[in-house]
Amino acid sequence: MHAIEKILARAAGRASVSAGEIVQCRVDLAEVNDLYLQTIRSFYDMGGKRVCHPDRITFILDHYAPAATIQQAENQKQMRQFCCEQGIELLFDIGSGVCHQVMVDEGLVYPGMVLVATDSHTTTHGAFGAFGTGVGATDLAVIMRTGQLWFRVPEVIRIELNGTIPGGVYAKDIILFIIGALGADYAIYKVVEFCGPVLKSLSVSERMALCNMTTEMGAKASYIQPDEITFDFLQQKVKRSYQMFESDPDYHCVANLSYDVSGILPQLSAPHSVDNVAPISRFEGIALDQAYLGSCTGGRTEDIGIAAHILKGKKVHARTRFVVVPASKNVYLESLERGYIDTLVRAGATIVTPGYAACLGTHAGILAAGEVCISSTNRNFPGRMGHAGAKIYLGSPAAVAASALAGKIVNPAPYFDIN
Amino acid sequence: MIKTVKGRAFVFGHNLDTDQIYPGRYLELTDAEDVGKHAMEGADPDFTRKFKAGDIIAAGSNFGCGSSREQAVLTLKTNQVGSILAESFARIFYRNAINLGLPVLICPGVSQKVTNGDTVTIDLAAGLVVNERTGQALQAEPLSAYVIKIIESGGIAPLIKKEYADK
Repeated sequence: MHAIEKILARAAGRASVSAGEIVQCRVDLAEVNDLYLQTIRSFYDMGGKRVCHPDRITFILDHYAPAATIQQAENQKQMRQFCCEQGIELLFDIGSGVCHQVMVDEGLVYPGMVLVATDSHTTTHGAFGAFGTGVGATDLAVIMRTGQLWFRVPEVIRIELNGTIPGGVYAKDIILFIIGALGADYAIYKVVEFCGPVLKSLSVSERMALCNMTTEMGAKASYIQPDEITFDFLQQKVKRSYQMFESDPDYHCVANLSYDVSGILPQLSAPHSVDNVAPISRFEGIALDQAYLGSCTGGRTEDIGIAAHILKGKKVHARTRFVVVPASKNVYLESLERGYIDTLVRAGATIVTPGYAACLGTHAGILAAGEVCISSTNRNFPGRMGHAGAKIYLGSPAAVAASALAGKIVNPAPYFDIN
Repeated sequence: MIKTVKGRAFVFGHNLDTDQIYPGRYLELTDAEDVGKHAMEGADPDFTRKFKAGDIIAAGSNFGCGSSREQAVLTLKTNQVGSILAESFARIFYRNAINLGLPVLICPGVSQKVTNGDTVTIDLAAGLVVNERTGQALQAEPLSAYVIKIIESGGIAPLIKKEYADK
C-alpha cells in the first residue's frame, strides 16, 4: 500500500484499501471558510441538530476579512453564531489569515491525518504527509452531520526531483514548469507525490507551495514523506501524538516522472490558464499596473522576505501598485519582527489584512478592465482577480517583487547569486 | 428511476473553470434564485437569457476546474440544466454536482461530436448519449450504483437525512 492508502485505511477502520475502492473515512479535521454559509444550511437540511465532533470542525473567516459588504457581514455573523451554538471552539475570525496557513500555524495539521476543507487548495497539507483534500459545502455538511465522508481511493503519480535549484528559482517555478509540461488535467482524481534529493533543499514553506499548486493539475491530494525538515517544523506546533505512515517498497504508481531542476529558469504562467507556462524571459518588458504578493501559495514569511531583499532601500515603480497580503497573523508578526514590512511599506507597498483579499476577486486589490498584474497566487482564470478583461501572470514571489520595482515583467535572477 | 434527458446543447471548450461558471464577486450571495442569475457569466454573459430549462451543457476536458465553490453547480442547477456531458470533470465540481443531484456524465468524444444547438437525448441509467441531428450515439461512462442512489434521492442531503434520521 501507499502511505496515502494506509492513512485512508486507518480512517476507514480497515486493514487495507486499494485504488478505485469507495471507502467511508472518519475525518480528523474539517475546515469551513466564510464563502460557505451553505454548509450550515445543508447541515440543517440533513436533519442536523448537533454537530458531530465539534472539536474536529474549524471555521476560518478568511475570504471576506474584514467584511466589505452588508451581505458578507451577515454571512460571517451567522457563522459566528453557529460556532457559538454548536460549541465549535476552533473559530478563527478576521485577521487570522488564509485557512491553510492558519491551520498549520495553529498546529492543527500533522502527518497521517485526514483533513477536508471547503477550499480546493487543501492539497497543500500533503507537504506534512497528511491526506488533505478540498470539497464543496454539502460534502462538508455531511462531515458535520456524520463525522465521516466517502472517498474513492486515488492512484498515485510520483514525481522525483533531481539536481540543484539555480539561484532566483523557487518551488513556484518548479511546479509551474511541471504544470506547463503536463497540463491542467493531468492528475485529475489522483495523488501527486514528490520525492527525490531536491526535497532536502526545500523548506516547509517551499514544500507547501509545491503541494498547493498540484490542485492546478487536478490532483485530489498531494504527498511528501515526512522527514527531519517536517518534524523540526512541527515539533513546536503540534501538541498531540500522531501516527506516521510509509509506502511499501512494492507499491506501484500509475506514473513515475522525474525532472532535473538544475535547468529550470524562472517561469511565468500567462493568461488565462495556469498551464500556459513559459520562461519569464518570453514576457520581459510587459508593463504592469499591479504586482500582488500573497495567498496560500506565495504569501508566507519567506516570500515576504524575498520581496524585502529585492526592494530594500528602493521604490516600487510609479505606475505599478504593489499589494502585499501576509498569509496569516503569524506571518504578519514574523515579517514585522524581521523588518520586512517596514522595508516594503517604505518602498511603497500596500499591506492588506491577512486573508484572501483579491486572490479570488472579492476585495482589496481588484483589477480593472485591461489591467495587467503579476501575482504570486495560484490562478489566472479570466475574471479571477476582478474584471474578465484583466490579465494575470503567475510567478514566484521573487518575480513579483522584481517586477514591481521595474514596473514591468523582469527576471528576478540578477538579485540572487547565480551558481 | 433516473430519467431520460432531452435538450439543446450549449457547447464549451476545455478547462472551463469555476470562475467563468460563477465569478468570485457573487460568492457572497446565498439564495439559489440570486445565485442562478449569474450562471456562466464569465464564459457567456447571455447564457441565462438563451438557456431553457432542460437544455444540456457539452464540454471538453476538465470541466469545472478551479475552486471548490458549490455555487458553480447551484447556479446551473437553478437554471435547471438537464445534464452536463464532458470529456472529463474536475474532481470537486464532479462531487458537488452529484451531491446536488445534477447528473454529470463523462462522455469521451462529446466535444467533437456535438455542436451548439444540437438536440441531444441522454439515457442517464445506461449512459447512452444520442445526437438527434446526426443520429450518432456515444457511450458515456455509466454512473456507479452509489452515485445513482444519490441522484435518485435528489442529492445527498435528503439521503443523509433519511439514513441518519434517528441519530
